[in-house]
Amino acid sequence: MREKLQELCHEALQALDAAGSLEDLNETRIKYLGKKGALTQVLRGMGKLSAEERPRIGQAANEIRSAIEERLAARTDELKVAVQEQRLRREVIDVTLPGTPVQWGGKHPLTRVRENIQDIFLGLGYVIAEGPEVETDYYNFEALNLPQDHPARDMQDTFFVSGGNLLRTHTSPVQVRFMEKTAPELPVKIIVPGKVYRRDDDATHSPMFHQVEGLAIDRRITFSDLKGTLDLFAREMFSPDTRTRFRPSYFPFTEPSVEVDISCVMCRGKGCRVCSHTGWLEILGAGMVHPRVLEVSGYDSEEVTGFAFGMGVERIAMLKYGIDDMRLLFENDLRFLQQFR
Amino acid sequence: MRVSYNWLKEFVDLDISPRELADRLTLAGIAVERIEETGKGIEKVVTGRIETISAHPNADKLVVATVNTGAEKLQIITAATNVRAGDVVPVAVEGARLAGGLVIKRASLRGMESRGMMCSGRELGIDPATMSPEEAHGIMLLPPGTPPGRDAKKVLGLDDAILELDLTPNRGDCLSVIGVAREAAALLGLPFRQPQAVFPELEENISGKVKVEIEARDLCRRFVGRLVKNVRVGRSPLWMQQRLRDAGIRPISNIVDVTNYVMLELGQPMHAFDYNLVREGRIIVRRGREGEKITSLDGVERELTPDMLAITDPSGPVAIAGVMGGLATEVSKKTTAVLLEAAYFDPTSIRRTSKALGLRSEASLRFEKGIDIDGCAGASARAVQLITGMEAGEAVAGMVDNYPGLVPEKTLSLRSERATHILGVEVPREETFNILTNLRFKVEDTGNEMLVTVPTYRVDVSREIDLIEEIARMYGYNRVPVTLPYGLSTAGIKTGKQAFLDRIQELLAGSGLYEVVTYSFVHPRVFDRMNLPENSPLRDTVKIQNPLSEENSVMRTMMLPGLLEVLAKNYSRRVQNGAVFETGKVFYPRRGDSLPEERLVLSAASMGRTAGSWNTPSREMDYYYLKGVLENLFRELGTAPVAYRPETANPSFHPGRTASLETGNEKLGVLGELHPDVLEKFDIPEKVTAFELDLAGLLAVSGRPLQYGALPKFPGIERDIAIIVGQDTPAAEIMDTIRSAGGELLQSVSLFDLYRGEPVPEGNQSMAFSLKFQALDRTLTDAEAGERTEVIARALAARFGAELRG
Repeated sequence: MREKLQELCHEALQALDAAGSLEDLNETRIKYLGKKGALTQVLRGMGKLSAEERPRIGQAANEIRSAIEERLAARTDELKVAVQEQRLRREVIDVTLPGTPVQWGGKHPLTRVRENIQDIFLGLGYVIAEGPEVETDYYNFEALNLPQDHPARDMQDTFFVSGGNLLRTHTSPVQVRFMEKTAPELPVKIIVPGKVYRRDDDATHSPMFHQVEGLAIDRRITFSDLKGTLDLFAREMFSPDTRTRFRPSYFPFTEPSVEVDISCVMCRGKGCRVCSHTGWLEILGAGMVHPRVLEVSGYDSEEVTGFAFGMGVERIAMLKYGIDDMRLLFENDLRFLQQFR
Repeated sequence: MRVSYNWLKEFVDLDISPRELADRLTLAGIAVERIEETGKGIEKVVTGRIETISAHPNADKLVVATVNTGAEKLQIITAATNVRAGDVVPVAVEGARLAGGLVIKRASLRGMESRGMMCSGRELGIDPATMSPEEAHGIMLLPPGTPPGRDAKKVLGLDDAILELDLTPNRGDCLSVIGVAREAAALLGLPFRQPQAVFPELEENISGKVKVEIEARDLCRRFVGRLVKNVRVGRSPLWMQQRLRDAGIRPISNIVDVTNYVMLELGQPMHAFDYNLVREGRIIVRRGREGEKITSLDGVERELTPDMLAITDPSGPVAIAGVMGGLATEVSKKTTAVLLEAAYFDPTSIRRTSKALGLRSEASLRFEKGIDIDGCAGASARAVQLITGMEAGEAVAGMVDNYPGLVPEKTLSLRSERATHILGVEVPREETFNILTNLRFKVEDTGNEMLVTVPTYRVDVSREIDLIEEIARMYGYNRVPVTLPYGLSTAGIKTGKQAFLDRIQELLAGSGLYEVVTYSFVHPRVFDRMNLPENSPLRDTVKIQNPLSEENSVMRTMMLPGLLEVLAKNYSRRVQNGAVFETGKVFYPRRGDSLPEERLVLSAASMGRTAGSWNTPSREMDYYYLKGVLENLFRELGTAPVAYRPETANPSFHPGRTASLETGNEKLGVLGELHPDVLEKFDIPEKVTAFELDLAGLLAVSGRPLQYGALPKFPGIERDIAIIVGQDTPAAEIMDTIRSAGGELLQSVSLFDLYRGEPVPEGNQSMAFSLKFQALDRTLTDAEAGERTEVIARALAARFGAELRG
């Protein structure tokens, strides 16, 4: 009986080793270990054994069973790995093929830049204000300290519509409209994005363009606050190492007025074609709100002060993206727009 | 304004380079755009006297000249025709460099050696616009007495640096050399030399010879006249010519050049009349009369109006005050006496006149900004000094000074704590005092405040804030510290509308559309292109009165034409697939003077197909494509249910492929394929689908708050149902019927197949829907789902005659 068992064991292990698939293994298991399997068959003959022999044979049979089971488990693992490997080999794909396209478009570069500017000032606690694009002479000029026949009106060649109204030449009228509504409450902190219009059309001017205006009014706002705010803006907008330069300028609705330059984004201030070899790029105009503008808007110019600034979105977009012709921004060539996503 | 560095040095001893000066001025608000170094790159050009000139033996068009350049005599061959023996000319000798990089070498011209070249003004880098045509094209002739062998650049004054200023409109006082010199002196802390004009006068006095009457005292506040006799009109000296040229003014004659020179130097525009042509030597300054005409110096006859100020004599106008002189009294070669005018005219009047006549001159430019009323007499004297100095005439003693508008001095009070409050930095009292004094303000410090008297030429300074600006710019903007405002903190927020707009842009960009920006003004013909009938209210536009061209002459009432133009332009550039959108305003006129109504709209248009790929077929960007985009958009915006009702009578759209978008009774806009006629007119050979929505309307029905609904705890059951119905049955109605018949248990329904053609009978279509049933409180049984499906089938059969498909 013992020999028989040994033989069986040997045979079973050999069969397991020879099995080429999980199915073969299973068959082998049934053949030897199943209810009607060879081992069971052999053990059935145990009854004929003596009481002394029975436990020994029983133990041997158990040892054989576990040997077979052990081998079975090992072989199962081996074959599973092999099968898996085979499957994985079969399933190889070309990972370099392009991915399934997802429909995606893009926002206009001017929108991107406008949002960029907005976000910086939203973070500083400004709210967004808006106003009409067709304006009265009063809000566009008069209230901003630009009376009839003021020479500075020539700086802004204007489109007129009927009724003495006009297409606003800047976003500044919204300053007055907003202050009129808000006075005498403080503080006023707004930014005004919007379209503006001037009679000009060439490689550096478009008859319609975009500005973002800013206004901050409170009891103790100073010129140094204006500098700090715009300096921070420039660094956020361009890069942390951007330097600013403040030059006296003139706008009828601010005083002192200032033109703000940043260190050239192309050459970092060393001087190149973009900055006409000056190392500086003019990016915005600003100043302390003129007392007269505060007065017409309902604030006491002795009590409150404030600053205002305005920048051209096109100019900043061109600098930021290296666009060399403003007309590209309004041609809407899809091949151009596709570069901004 | 172009200012000569050397000229500035006559008034202030500059000890820094032109570049440094430019930087200092720029940082003080006198922006220097560019520095032009005259004569830069020009080398080895000397004066030479032509000693002989003879025909070239081998060429008809060339001559052979012997030129004395001091050191040697050179044989030079030239094609120039304006030179004679005895002329002195600039000569580029061997190795010379000329404007544009031309290098002169020894050459042989038709067998004769040429050792240099005689130069034209252009070859010396002089702007041809500031030369007469003869000067520009021929050899430049120097004054006969000029010794040979001198550096021609020095002789011509081509050794200067010209600062090109970009002046702000408030600084009219810097439209003069003296004005810039004053700024430079104040900035650099250097003394400024106020020029004094001294000149010999004849015995005879002007009184009785010149009379000036000012009738329009509001428009002419001062008129100074002087008389110069024994005038010899000729050319002005080279140095004066070159200074005029450097400023962009063409030299004319010694007398006219002097008036221009004084204007450039002192900022006082002047005019010289031929005294003998001014009737009775009598000048009357008055308003123009209706129908009165004058031919100005440029030869154009102009009509005056009572709004314009005229300089007249008893016979009529002799000049348009402050704008341009008259041809009849022009100084000419025959002139023997000149009456010099130095006046102050009202800025607004000059501005209006020059605008009305479309005539801007160097003079009007200055009068418009306001000149120094105190400077008239000094300028007049300076002109006489220059004329007598070059022996071009002799001064009659005295002047006529009619000064009705004598203005009091402006004195302003300045509080230093106010300055600190504005600037955020305390400028020490002493520094403030020095700044203002250096700028030639008179300052009296009373302890509490400073009383500041403003020089007459600083017409831009009239309030305390103007003084504070002066202090700031001289102190240096870049010395002011950098701080952030402190005070109540505020929340940075977008309005609901802005947030909504931003979200829409985000979503549409994420749906495959590109945002475009088109002009708000359009050509009126776009309405024809859009097929609009003559009486369409959309043709009622806000019109621009002074458009750049008809192309951009009316404000848009719809945005779609702009998008169609974008697609057409792209198509013509072979970009034939794409979808674009824009958000912006359209404008509807209102009655009377009131501002137009501005409405925000959203518009989109698509053409061609989506980009396909190796594993993804491309799809047509048709009606259903854009509808899908919109459905997605509405879902994200939380928009109330939108109905798509067939719109068959919109002239711009395909009558069978267009829907009106409505929520309740509100029309939001239109979605559809463009009418083939419209596409043809826009020159787009592809089909285009588009929508245009009113954003205020959309906002009003959007923003449904998100609300959580419990997840099902029990399994649901899916059933498909396929029916055959007539092709003209709207899918929306079928689905509505399914929903209402399905009742509460029907959780969702979706159309997954639509088929026309064999074996479906002609005129019909097969539609397959997937139905999802779900009960929240129990596991649904097959029987229940089956029963519901049958109810649905019966309802469809009853309402549409739909047959169930096997």
